[in-house]
Amino acid sequence: MLPNLGYGSLVITLIVSIYAIVSAVIGERKNLYKYVESARLALLLTFPLLTLTVISIVILLVNQNYEVQYVFNVTSSTMPTYLKVTALWGGQSGSLVFWAWLMAAFGSAVTLRKWDRDHDLLPWVIIVSSVTLAFFLIMIIAFENPFIRFWTLPSGGELVAMFAPAGSQLIHPFDGRGLNPLLRHPGMVIHPPMLYLGFVSFVIPYAFGMAALITGRSDDRWIRLTRRWTLVAWMFLSIGLILGSRWAYDVLGWGGYWAWDPVENAAFMPWLSGTAFLHSVMIQEKRGLFKRWNMILVIFTYSLVIFGTFLTRSGVLSSVHAFAQSAIGPMFFIYIGVSFIISLAFLIKRWDDLRSEGVMTSLLSRESLFLINNLLFIGILVVVFWGTVYPLISELFTGQKVTVGPPFYNSTTGPLFAGLLLLMGIAPLSAWGHSTWKTLGKALWIPATGSLTLLVVLFISGIRSIGALIGLTVASLAAFVTIYEFWRGMKARHNRSGENYLVALWKLTARNRRRYGGYVIHLSVVFMAIGIIGIELFQTETQGRIAPGESLSLAGYTVTFKNLAEFDVADGRNVARAVLSISKDGKDLGELYPRRDFYYDSQQPMTIPGVRSTIEDDLYVILVNWEQISSRGATFKVFHNPLINWLWYGGILLVIGSFIAAWPDPEKEIELAPSRIMKKETGRLVSKP
Amino acid sequence: MQDSTITSPTKGSQKKFVFGGILIIAAIILLIITNTRAGAQYFLTVDEIKERQEEITGKDIRVSGAVLGDTIEYDTENLIIKFEVAHVPGDNKEIDAQGGLAMVLHQAVINPDANRIFVVYEGVMPDLLQNEAQAIMTGKIGEDGIFYASELLLKCPTKYEEAVPEQSANS
Repeated sequence: MLPNLGYGSLVITLIVSIYAIVSAVIGERKNLYKYVESARLALLLTFPLLTLTVISIVILLVNQNYEVQYVFNVTSSTMPTYLKVTALWGGQSGSLVFWAWLMAAFGSAVTLRKWDRDHDLLPWVIIVSSVTLAFFLIMIIAFENPFIRFWTLPSGGELVAMFAPAGSQLIHPFDGRGLNPLLRHPGMVIHPPMLYLGFVSFVIPYAFGMAALITGRSDDRWIRLTRRWTLVAWMFLSIGLILGSRWAYDVLGWGGYWAWDPVENAAFMPWLSGTAFLHSVMIQEKRGLFKRWNMILVIFTYSLVIFGTFLTRSGVLSSVHAFAQSAIGPMFFIYIGVSFIISLAFLIKRWDDLRSEGVMTSLLSRESLFLINNLLFIGILVVVFWGTVYPLISELFTGQKVTVGPPFYNSTTGPLFAGLLLLMGIAPLSAWGHSTWKTLGKALWIPATGSLTLLVVLFISGIRSIGALIGLTVASLAAFVTIYEFWRGMKARHNRSGENYLVALWKLTARNRRRYGGYVIHLSVVFMAIGIIGIELFQTETQGRIAPGESLSLAGYTVTFKNLAEFDVADGRNVARAVLSISKDGKDLGELYPRRDFYYDSQQPMTIPGVRSTIEDDLYVILVNWEQISSRGATFKVFHNPLINWLWYGGILLVIGSFIAAWPDPEKEIELAPSRIMKKETGRLVSKP
Repeated sequence: MQDSTITSPTKGSQKKFVFGGILIIAAIILLIITNTRAGAQYFLTVDEIKERQEEITGKDIRVSGAVLGDTIEYDTENLIIKFEVAHVPGDNKEIDAQGGLAMVLHQAVINPDANRIFVVYEGVMPDLLQNEAQAIMTGKIGEDGIFYASELLLKCPTKYEEAVPEQSANS
């Protein structure tokens, strides 16, 4: 009776989370600590409860209990076990359960920290987490129950229901529909969870922000408390996005990695506001500025996280990832609206308390450049949001659905991204408070000379694309400045202490992880920019039908068709696999095996490219078509994607940089609280009603 | 009042930030407006194309229709795909009212009176191009009334009710 168990613990979790909300509100209103403590324990309980639900679903999936509609929809007997497990997030209701489960995990984790100094925040953090959790649980129980089963009625009719209708019997289908072939990829194991981890963990900084806002704490304590959360959330979201691109590149077979699809945009938007937030909190910490702005950013990020989940669920926009239309769309919309308005109301109420503690004076100061950075990130966010909802807006106002395609996004965000790269080159050299062209120029001229030299070299080597010239120049400036910063710090340590260079570099980074971790992330962004410029501006392609022995040529490569075989594979596929030999300038480079898999259970084909990857380029070959008698030839499409691997290497570097920046160092925690904050905190605690 | 006494001496120096900020915001808005104009594609149904053919000839448009499986011709030598699509409503509510996307596509394909247009697409045969798939195409209507698609997106709702796959084929 696994479905009943799983469903039961879902319902109990909802009750428990509602109890947590009520108890926390009472505790906070009446200042009764035991109620807050009870709410804390309740939130802690949601995690094991939902774990029970998740385990139930996974067992049902692995045991092929096709009488459960969800299992029937997303698995089939030919699927390997690991894919059956990942089918947990392969469909609508399962992925919502997964979302809620992560929410419970993070909510619980937060309640386990030491709250000694922040007791006033605790009830509100519990309330915000529990409200979010309860909302998802209600959606699942009311609209997307993963445990509903197929029944036959005594009258002979069939229906799906959670509990047995009177006199009915369970139907046990022989086999399930199977997971969508596009999702049967090792990427399925890790891409959705990463994205969800990123989505859900952004709820925590929001919860703390709201807690600070509601309790009227105008200091930056909430930011310091959630700095690591935010960074880790951001890292997961970044990994999710990059893995998604990689998956599209590996599986969708169109030679691309990003299509500005609404669902991609939906995951990208919270990333943009989150990145802006990561930067602007530093200004609040260092200079006490931008308090309101940081609140706005964290509210936006939360709303965009829910909006992202909503977009994939509602069916309002057509997309690669579109799920079936569902009743939960409007519910999400209402939830976003209500939570957004309540958040803004609190912000307006505290508007005067969140006054800046100083003013900006110098246009070239670090904080000023951070402000521009934020404007650009939000600018890109607005562009992406506008492009995503434009079909809806235009239909609303003109009755005519008008869409904008990838060219719109590329040409609009391109200059803004270039601006960000340029800032990445300048801002690390600028000083807090005050900077002039003279001081900045002194630090900047060496890296800038390097970049201009590169520009000349690129121009001489025949590159005429304005986008590529500007893009590579500003990217190289950012890279040179970052490396120069490492070099300066390393050399200073070496000269001072006589440590050898490597030790100096290690200690330099270890002593200021946040700063140098950030620089590593900057470098990773440069890597990714190089990869993106490479594929976007220098991708070439050719196609043609060739008989065995014949060749296609592209970018110095020669692709020769050797043979093709069709065969069945045990997991329910028919595979047509071509063998191609690759050579460049007469040198043999081995073979590629582009193929077409045909899935019997879903009657759907899937194209898997053959790819030869090097640091300079990818040769990407798709098997388009073939004659029944393979000796007569087959059609191939060949892409040459220069520098694309830099994008993936950049992704790895980004993770490393995030780890460096987020690595906990306990001693730091104590010295992080300046006296200014301590005073306010005690004041606040005393005046607490 | 306290507020103004603190900030007034520096008001002047804050002007440059306001000015700079407005400049950047204005530039972003300008970018959005010009590129929206340049990149806008009208989302039309087959019926609307038939009605307004002259007016929209040569403009970038997006159209969705039900693929007629029997009409698919694939020139594997030159990678040119030709097929016909039949009218399906563009409005989600209308689609729901008629029994969902799968039903609407099926009805469109079997109804001989539904408006149809010829489509020519140059590129690789998408895996999902099959009878009763929903094709969402971007391109232009030629003088000859044929729709020349530069991008082809496909959706097959009959197979999956949960995760409806789509595949994009850019060219």
